[in-house]
Amino acid sequence: MINTVLFVVLLTGSTGLVNSGSVSNYYTRVLILCGINMILALSLNIATGYLGQLPLGHAGFMALGAYTSAIFMRGVTVSPDAVFPLGILIGGMTAAFVGFLIGIPALRLKGDYLAIITLGFGEIIRVVLLNIDSVLGFKLTYGAASLKNIPKTTNFFNTFLCVAVTCFVIHTIMKSRHGRAILSIRDNEIAAEACGINTTYYKTFGFTLSAFFAGVAGALYAGYLGVISPAAFGFMKSIEILVTVVLGGMGSMIGSIISATVLTALPELLRAFSQYRMIAYSLLLIVVMIFKPTGLMGSYDFSLSTLLSKLGGKPKPKPLPEKEDEPHE
Amino acid sequence: MSKLVPVPSRGMVPERDAASPPVLETLHLGIDFGGLVAVDDFNLLIGRTEISGLIGPNGAGKTTVFNLLTNVYKPTRGTIILGDKDTAGMNTSQVCRAGIARTFQNIRLFKDMTVAENVMVGLHHDITYHILGAVLRTPRYWRDEKKARERALDMLSIFNMQDMGDIKAGALPYGAQRRLEIVRALATKPLILLLDEPAAGMNPSETAELMENITKIRDTYQIAILLIEHDMKLVMGICEGIAVLNYGKIIAKGTPDEISSNPAVIEAYLGKKEA
Amino acid sequence: MSLFSTIVSQFMNGLQTGSVYALVALGYSMVYGIILLLNFAHGDIIMVGAYTAWLFMVNFGQSPIIAVIAAIAACTVLGVVIEKVAYTPLRKAPRLSLLITAIGISFLLENLAQIIFGAGAKPVPAIVNVPAILLGSVSLSGTAIVTIVVSVVSMILLNLLIKKSKMGKAMRAVSEDTGAAQLMGISLNKTITFTFAVGSALAGIGSVLYCAAYPQASPTMGAMLGLKAFVAAVLGGIGSIPGAMIGGFAIGLAEAAASAFGLSVWKDAVVFGILIIVLVVKPTGLLGRNLQEKV
Repeated sequence: MINTVLFVVLLTGSTGLVNSGSVSNYYTRVLILCGINMILALSLNIATGYLGQLPLGHAGFMALGAYTSAIFMRGVTVSPDAVFPLGILIGGMTAAFVGFLIGIPALRLKGDYLAIITLGFGEIIRVVLLNIDSVLGFKLTYGAASLKNIPKTTNFFNTFLCVAVTCFVIHTIMKSRHGRAILSIRDNEIAAEACGINTTYYKTFGFTLSAFFAGVAGALYAGYLGVISPAAFGFMKSIEILVTVVLGGMGSMIGSIISATVLTALPELLRAFSQYRMIAYSLLLIVVMIFKPTGLMGSYDFSLSTLLSKLGGKPKPKPLPEKEDEPHE
Repeated sequence: MSKLVPVPSRGMVPERDAASPPVLETLHLGIDFGGLVAVDDFNLLIGRTEISGLIGPNGAGKTTVFNLLTNVYKPTRGTIILGDKDTAGMNTSQVCRAGIARTFQNIRLFKDMTVAENVMVGLHHDITYHILGAVLRTPRYWRDEKKARERALDMLSIFNMQDMGDIKAGALPYGAQRRLEIVRALATKPLILLLDEPAAGMNPSETAELMENITKIRDTYQIAILLIEHDMKLVMGICEGIAVLNYGKIIAKGTPDEISSNPAVIEAYLGKKEA
Repeated sequence: MSLFSTIVSQFMNGLQTGSVYALVALGYSMVYGIILLLNFAHGDIIMVGAYTAWLFMVNFGQSPIIAVIAAIAACTVLGVVIEKVAYTPLRKAPRLSLLITAIGISFLLENLAQIIFGAGAKPVPAIVNVPAILLGSVSLSGTAIVTIVVSVVSMILLNLLIKKSKMGKAMRAVSEDTGAAQLMGISLNKTITFTFAVGSALAGIGSVLYCAAYPQASPTMGAMLGLKAFVAAVLGGIGSIPGAMIGGFAIGLAEAAASAFGLSVWKDAVVFGILIIVLVVKPTGLLGRNLQEKV
C-alpha cells in the first residue's frame, strides 16, 4: 500500500519537474535510457534472481518487442502518441509468446544447459531478424539496413510509468503465494515438487513474464531511438543486461534499479573516458564476483513498510532455542 | 498394540481400519538402475490410519521405495494405488496433490524462507486467489493470506513452534528443521505421510517426544504414516505394521512382536549365527 | 567447376573449419569435465593467439615458425593466468558466479584488444605456404590439408596424453570424483592448471590454423568462433574428448553444407539450431555422461 503511494508521488513529481523544462533535454534522454535499462534488468531479474536460472538470450526478447512495436507504430495512421501504449503491449505480448515457446524446451534443462540453449535462441532471433526479408520477399525488418522512421513516442512519463507498472506487478506477484512458489523452486526444486508445487507451470510463467517486460523495454527503446537494427540486440546486449542484474544483486528489485541507473548514467557522464567504459565494466564484474558473489545488494528487497517499522523500533525477534547437537554420522 | 486383521487376498491392516479402504497399496513394485535391481517385488498394504514402518540395513533400498512412491523415480515394474487411483504417469507434484507427502533423509527445507513461509508453501493449494488477484490485491488475497498464515502457525503448534514463524528456516537448529519439514508435509493435506528417518540425530528424550507427536498427528489428522527408521525403540514403540527390506526385497512383514522374533530379520541385521 | 569438385571443396572447407572448432572444443570440454565451468573466455584466447602471431610476424619481423610458437605459448600462459587469478578464488563459489566471471574475462580481453590494437582487423601474413594438391580434376587446398593433419595429430597426441600419462590419469580422476582424487594424493591445483594449460595450448594451435585460413586478427574474432566451438563441444558431449572432436567436425561440415546450399547468411542460425536440437533431444550430447542428482 505504502509503496504504491510512494511510486505515484515520485512519478507525478518527477514528471512535473521534467516537463517544466528544469531538466535539460540531454539529461532527460539519459533518464529515459535509465528507465529502459531498469525494466530490462527487472525483467531478467525474474528469471535469474527469482527463478534461479541464467538465461543468456534476453536481448532476443527485447529485439522482438522493439521490432513488433516499431513495425506496428510505423504502420498506424492515427496519432502515434495515443496508440503507443498499444504498441508497447504488442511488443510485450510478442516477446512473451516467443518466450513461452522457448520455455517449453529450455525449462526442461538445468543450470548451464539452460544458459546455453537460451543463448542459442537469442542468436537465432537475431539472425532471423537480420535475414527474414529475403525469405518473406518483402521488406519487414530491413535487416542490417536498419528499420528507420519509427515514431519517437517514448518520453519520460510513459517510460517511468512502465517502470512503475513493472515494479508493481513483480512486487505484488512475489509477495503472494505465487511468489512463494517461485522462490521455493529456486531454493529446492525437489522439495517444491514434493509439496505439490507445479514447477513446470511456475518456471514457464516466470520465464514468460520475464520475456514480456523485456519486450516492453524493447518497444520503449525503439520509440526512443527511432531507428533499430539487429546488431544492437546480440549476445553483447544480453551480457550487458546480465551484468546489470548481477551487480545489483540477483533477487533484489532495488538492486536492479540502482545498478541500471549507475551503469547507464555513469558512462554518459564519463563520456570522455568512453573507451575505457567497457574495460571498467568487465573489471567491475570480475571483482564483484570474486568478492561478493551475490551481487552488491545480495537478495535484499526494499520494503517501505519494513523500513518504517525498523525506524519505529520494532521489538527484536525471540532468541533461538539452544542449538542441539548435530547428528553423529 | 493394535491387532492386524487380514484384508482378503491383499494384506494386513489394523482392526479399526478394516472397514475402510486401505490408503496405499503397492503391487510387485520394482526398479532397476542399469543392471542393478534396486527394489523388487515390493508388496505393501497400508490401512487408512495405520502407522507403518519400513526398516532394513543401510543400502537396502528404503529411500528408493519412497522415491518410487512419490514418482521421483519411475518404476520399472509394478503398480502403486493411492486410495482408488493408480499413480502411474503422475509427476511428483501431482502425486503430492493426490495425497502422498514426504520428508527427506537429508532435510530439504526452503532455507532462505521463514518457518511460516515454508509451511505456507505446503498450504499453496489451500489458498485460492489467482495471479491477477495477487496483482490487484483483491479482498480475497488479503483474506486468504491471513488465513494461510494463521493456519501455518496453528500447524506449527503441534511441535510448539508457533512463535518461530519469522525465523529463517536455515537458521533453525537441526531438530527444529526436521520438525518443520514434517509440519510442511502435513500442510499439504496428505492421505499418507512418508517420514524418512525422522528421528535421525535425536537423543532419547527427543525421540520419545517425537513418538508422542507422530501418534498425535495420526490421531488428530486421521492419516496414515509410513516411516523409515533405524531407531528400533521408535519403530517397535509406535508402528503397527512393519516391513523389513534387505537388498531391495521384503524379507518379513508383520507386527513388531512378529518382526523382532523373526530369524530372517535377525540374520539380516546381525548376520548368521556362527555354527 | 563441376558439381563433384564443388562438393569436395566444400567438404574440405568444412573439415578445415571443423578442425579448428574441434581443437577449441577440446579446451571447453576438458575444462568443463574438470571444474564444471563453461569457460566463456576460451574463445577469446584464440584472438590473443592471432594477435600474437600478427605481432611477431609484422612488428617483430619474425619467421612464421617463431610466430606460431609464440602464439601457442601466449595462449597457454594466458589460460593459466586467467585460471589462477579469476577462477581459483571462486572454486567454492556458486557456479553462477564462476560463469559470470568467465563472461567478464571474455569481455575484458575483447575490449583490451580493441584499445590496444584498434577495432579494425589486422591482416596476418600467410603462415602456411603449402601449394594445393591436385587429385584428378579436384584441387585440394594446401592450407586445408595442413590444418586437418595438424589437428588430427594434436588430437591423437592429446588422447595419448589422457590415456597413458600420469597427469592424464589425474585429469580423468579429478573429473570423476574430486574428493576421492585428492584422497589419492592428486594435487587438485596442479591438475586443474595443467588442464587449462593443455586446453589453451590447443586453442593456440587452433588460432594459428584459423589465421592460416582467414588471415585476419580482430578483437571480436574469438567470440563467434568460441560460441560455435562451444556448440561443437555440447554436440559431442561436453566433458568427452572424442565427443569434442566429432562435434567440431560435424559443426564445420554443417556450416559448409549450409554455404553449399546458398544459405550462408543463415550459417549462424544453423549452428545454433543444431545446438537446440541436441539440447532438446539428448542434452548430454553424442558421447556425454549423465549426471544425476541424489534425492
